[in-house]
Amino acid sequence: MYYNAMELMICCAARALEDGCTAAIGTGVPCAAAMLAQRTYAPALIVVFEAGGVAPQLPTMPISVGDSRTFYRGLMATSMADIMETCQRGMIDYTFLGGAQIDAYGNLNSTMIGTDYSRPKVRLPGSGGANDLASLCWRTLVVTNQDRRRFVEKLDFLTTPGYLTGPGAREAAGLPPDTGPYRVITDLAVLGYHERTKRMQVRSLHPDITLDQVRQATGFELETQEPLAVTAPPTEDELRILREEVDPHRIVIGRCPPVAGK
Amino acid sequence: MDTLSQGSGPLFTDPSANRAREFFAAKLRALTDKLTTVADAVARLVNDGDYLAIGGFGSDRLPTAVVHEILRQGKQNLSFAGHTATHDFEILCAGNLTGRGKTLARVEIAYVVGMEARGLSPHARRVLESGEVQFTEWTNYTLAVRLKAAAMGLPFLPGRTMLGTDTFRHSGAKEIACPFTGERLVALPALYPDVAAIHVHEADRYGNCRVRGTTVADLDLARAAKRLIITCERLIPHEEIRRDPSLTVIPFFCVDAVCEVPYGSYPGNMPYEYLSDEEHLRQWMEAEKDLETLRRFLDRYIYGVTGFSEYLDRCGGLPRMQQLRQQELLLHRGS
Repeated sequence: MYYNAMELMICCAARALEDGCTAAIGTGVPCAAAMLAQRTYAPALIVVFEAGGVAPQLPTMPISVGDSRTFYRGLMATSMADIMETCQRGMIDYTFLGGAQIDAYGNLNSTMIGTDYSRPKVRLPGSGGANDLASLCWRTLVVTNQDRRRFVEKLDFLTTPGYLTGPGAREAAGLPPDTGPYRVITDLAVLGYHERTKRMQVRSLHPDITLDQVRQATGFELETQEPLAVTAPPTEDELRILREEVDPHRIVIGRCPPVAGK
Repeated sequence: MDTLSQGSGPLFTDPSANRAREFFAAKLRALTDKLTTVADAVARLVNDGDYLAIGGFGSDRLPTAVVHEILRQGKQNLSFAGHTATHDFEILCAGNLTGRGKTLARVEIAYVVGMEARGLSPHARRVLESGEVQFTEWTNYTLAVRLKAAAMGLPFLPGRTMLGTDTFRHSGAKEIACPFTGERLVALPALYPDVAAIHVHEADRYGNCRVRGTTVADLDLARAAKRLIITCERLIPHEEIRRDPSLTVIPFFCVDAVCEVPYGSYPGNMPYEYLSDEEHLRQWMEAEKDLETLRRFLDRYIYGVTGFSEYLDRCGGLPRMQQLRQQELLLHRGS
């Protein structure tokens, strides 16, 4: 089966969600992952959108976190405060985020590139709901391409909290205990965080990818584990559902040329 | 309550609940007819230098006609609540660096420049990178909480986000210790906008409003804003409101003007009515790449039309609106 890196990333993200859990998601890859999970491993997965959509039966891929697809045949259409306060009460298990930069502790930058805050080289959107979701949901997943421009030693701006400066830093800052980064799913590998150091750790390499390639694409020292697993490629079922039901117009999976042929 | 630390960002509005009470004490309570045109509402209720907030979520349930009119009337030096602002921010930015003065002077940023899955607005980037607009950082939820504090008539509310980040360091928030548990919390100052605009499904001529779908932060925004312009898809009889008051989500005494604007969220999405016009939104982003092209684009769609219905005509008129309605209701799928 031929598949591209985007399809593999979506499958990895879908497999990370267990049945019956709750997830706050956005458009694009996270949404595709949640839709795939609901049609495979996690039919009882409940998704919420920060604009107020609760448990929709997504008919097509939404283009906005607040568009009418995000509560289509849902259980409730409510407010942003209601969704975020559900996170704050501890009832949302996962959230999916992205960003222009990520560091070894899973902190994210989606605010600016440059050194002068008032005159950014590139002004990016800002936190949106990312800082809130990463502060309040139990586990944060990041799905992103991996290269040295994105995986950096030092962020230009710390928009959204990962483990901040290391073990205990989130709690010391006042963030709810036992929350934080969980997985980083890239086009090269699935990464997690070292239990003691809270630094990013390679968990499995995608088929035909070497640890050296992952290190070359990372601007900081990575933790590893022995033995390193190989990511299971997408199954025929996963690919069929993804291509025919989840993203028939290739809005997300079409962002990537086919590379990982098998 | 001791302040443990504070962000470096200024506040662009006064969080004082007592001064807000003085304002609201003088606000009209009578059940009076507020039906008017968008041009009149913007002329009377939006002043140069005002702090403006826009309802909806990005391009969803957006009061587009009001934002266009603010540009057409050349309002200047506005402060703006960038609460998941996408197409609204894109329109307002078109009043900067295009030879028409400076529509935006200050922005509290939770989410701007981005157009969600559509990418980044080139001109919004140009404006924020130019240095002519002052800005500070917030988040979607903390801006919603600031509106909620104002809606509650309070000077602030505590929160548990932004802590430990540069987002906090560039905000106007403060860190405090909880007086009961000693835990670190962020203190979020109430946000009382001078003027807000919200697009709803139905309203009566007094301003009692009904909304279908998600309400985002609009119910708090309606109560927090000192002046409020409502645009609605449909004006409905007052008797209809009386028949089922449980459907009223914004009461008349919050509202200063009611304007009937069918397809008023175009080119954005209006739940249960019509889908977003992605083709037109792409044309916007394409035109923004070059300033001269953008000026011609703005002349065609905003400055060169008399009002919103003429804009709709230039965007394909009723046949295009019918297509978007069919897409919204998934009629092409046979449901």
